[in-house]
Amino acid sequence: MTAAHMHADSPAIQTIDVRRVYKSRSGFTFGGQKAGKSVTALDGVSLTIQKGELFGLLGRNGAGKTTLIKILTTLLAPTSGEAYVDGLDVNKYVIPIRKKIAMVSGGEQSGYGILTVREQLWMFAQFYGVPSQAAHKKIDQLLEAVGLGDQANQKVYALSTGMRQRMNLCRALVSDPEILFLDEPTVGLDVEASRIVRNYVRSWMQEQRGRTVLLTTHYMFEADELCDRVAIINHGQIVAQGETDDLKKGLQEHARFQFELAEWAPAFEEELKQSRGVVSAQSMHQKGKVSVQIALENEEYITSAMQTISSAGGHVLTLRRIEPTLEEVFMRLVGTADDEKSAGEDEEK
Amino acid sequence: MEPAQQQNLKTSQWRESLRLGWRTLIGRAYPRIVSAAREPDWVFYEVALPVLQVIAFGFVYKSLGRPQYTGFVVLGGAMLAFWTNVLWSMAGQLHWERQTGNLELYLMAPSSMLWILAGMAFGGMVATLFRSIVILLIGSLIFGVTYQIVSAPLLILIFILTMVALYGLGSMLSSLYLMYNREVWAIQEVMQDPISLITGFYFPVRALGGIIGGLASVIPLTLGLDGMRQMLFPQLGQSFLPPGIEIAILGVLALLFLVGASWSLTYIEKLAKIEGRLSLKWQ
Ligand SMILES: Nc1ncnc2c1ncn2[C@@H]1O[C@H](COP(=O)(O)OP(=O)(O)O)[C@@H](O)[C@H]1O
Ligand SMILES: [Mg+2]
Repeated sequence: MTAAHMHADSPAIQTIDVRRVYKSRSGFTFGGQKAGKSVTALDGVSLTIQKGELFGLLGRNGAGKTTLIKILTTLLAPTSGEAYVDGLDVNKYVIPIRKKIAMVSGGEQSGYGILTVREQLWMFAQFYGVPSQAAHKKIDQLLEAVGLGDQANQKVYALSTGMRQRMNLCRALVSDPEILFLDEPTVGLDVEASRIVRNYVRSWMQEQRGRTVLLTTHYMFEADELCDRVAIINHGQIVAQGETDDLKKGLQEHARFQFELAEWAPAFEEELKQSRGVVSAQSMHQKGKVSVQIALENEEYITSAMQTISSAGGHVLTLRRIEPTLEEVFMRLVGTADDEKSAGEDEEK
Repeated sequence: MEPAQQQNLKTSQWRESLRLGWRTLIGRAYPRIVSAAREPDWVFYEVALPVLQVIAFGFVYKSLGRPQYTGFVVLGGAMLAFWTNVLWSMAGQLHWERQTGNLELYLMAPSSMLWILAGMAFGGMVATLFRSIVILLIGSLIFGVTYQIVSAPLLILIFILTMVALYGLGSMLSSLYLMYNREVWAIQEVMQDPISLITGFYFPVRALGGIIGGLASVIPLTLGLDGMRQMLFPQLGQSFLPPGIEIAILGVLALLFLVGASWSLTYIEKLAKIEGRLSLKWQ
């Protein structure tokens, strides 16, 4: 190994002002695009992902997620800007990068239907030089972990979509990558299969320190559940990035709480609204229960708000803080569901 | 580092990449070989049809009063299997691999694409060798062909050189196909029948005259077949060129096609990365 190949403390992934423009081929019209028209899929993307992170890239269809993944996996050249994987320039160190990475895409149909699951995984292991014996041991382990132990000798064409994607995950992991790219890995899967995939990704990360995952998704709950940090991409630009909690907090102007009361008196609401730091208070009566939502200038005012209630004779049963969801953060930054629809149609073409 | 150490390092890296290449080759050859065994319809298309064709041509020669040529036809039919395999399975293969997403995964692996192609070729060759032997056996039995081996080492050398050159050509076509699929598809359609004629699967190339024979020699099977026939049926004396020259030309062709395949793969990967054409989703 030369010094250039050793990057103990470089980030797992780094992009600096990456742009990617697709040009239609002249002479052909395809995908509804007129010849000569160009699409800017990435428009100055700068991201840094440290080793050991499970990083989420969120964006709707056509936002540029796959394009970024392809650049990082050495399958596509950036039009301009710099991209590094484990400190290695994607334009220069193609082979060293390829030794460290693997990718799974949603709806992937890779391999050969005529092979058995085991044979298929063995084949891919060969492309990474894994000796057969070690490969088979690893395959057994992986199949067991994703609940495909019984399918090892089944033909690939006979697998259900969910099984197939679980096999694809094993396929990516059989070469023991350091950095795993998951491009909408659970798209089109049923709840159960998605859960298995997500759980296994999480435990794979925990198995060994320093493993890194870049996950793209347009399911916000998936990112919320899995990722430590996320970036939101829209029309090829990163519109926000950070820890999921920080993004949510950043969105929230007021601290919001919800509490349940044993009984209700109309005076409570008035009292609350006059209490220090309370921005708004609303009561809801449902099936004999009363719940109140309040928004505070900041979270410290919750003690005085609770005191206000009890001195007015109220009895608080439960209290919880209302967190905004990643979905709300996303919608706020990227726009409404209407756009989503047209973006989706765009991709269909 | 000491020069000796550096030398050791280089050798071990070299060995490492050779081992990786070999595993890649075997890995990619595997599905080709097992799928041949697992899909029984191939028996009909790839053995029965060529055998029928061989029989038909054999009887034509018999009825013309030239029964000594039936051996010619049988060997031609057996070798034609390789040409069909290269043309139909090898050339379009990468194009098909792109559609399934395999191409991206192959490229993303640390091994060179040339090893993937070599695996495809090797797998196809092994599967075809089996069919080819079946055709040879059946044809020889039906017409009672007798072979008179002039030189076994030369025969084997010619066969191997022919295979390397032929599958080298297939690899080159395969990568060109990826870039220019529409155009190459048309060429391939055109190539199928006239080529089985001019490469002399069922006729001696010499009968076509020097110019067409010379042009046909670009397809490695032409000279390969002619050379193998000289090694097996010396009494017919219908050779196109002396075997030594044929071997030399085949060697040059093998080298040219291999270098060509490597060059076009590198070029096409570079171009495809710039143009975004390694996956089909957007085309
Ligand atoms: N190979 C391609 N040729 C032309 N345009 C493309 C190609 N790939 C993607 N695009 C366009 O680039 C934009 C980003 O696409 P993509 O990266 O696939 O987004 P995402 O993965 O977020 O859905 C889209 O507008 C899409 O139409
Ligand atoms: Mg995508």
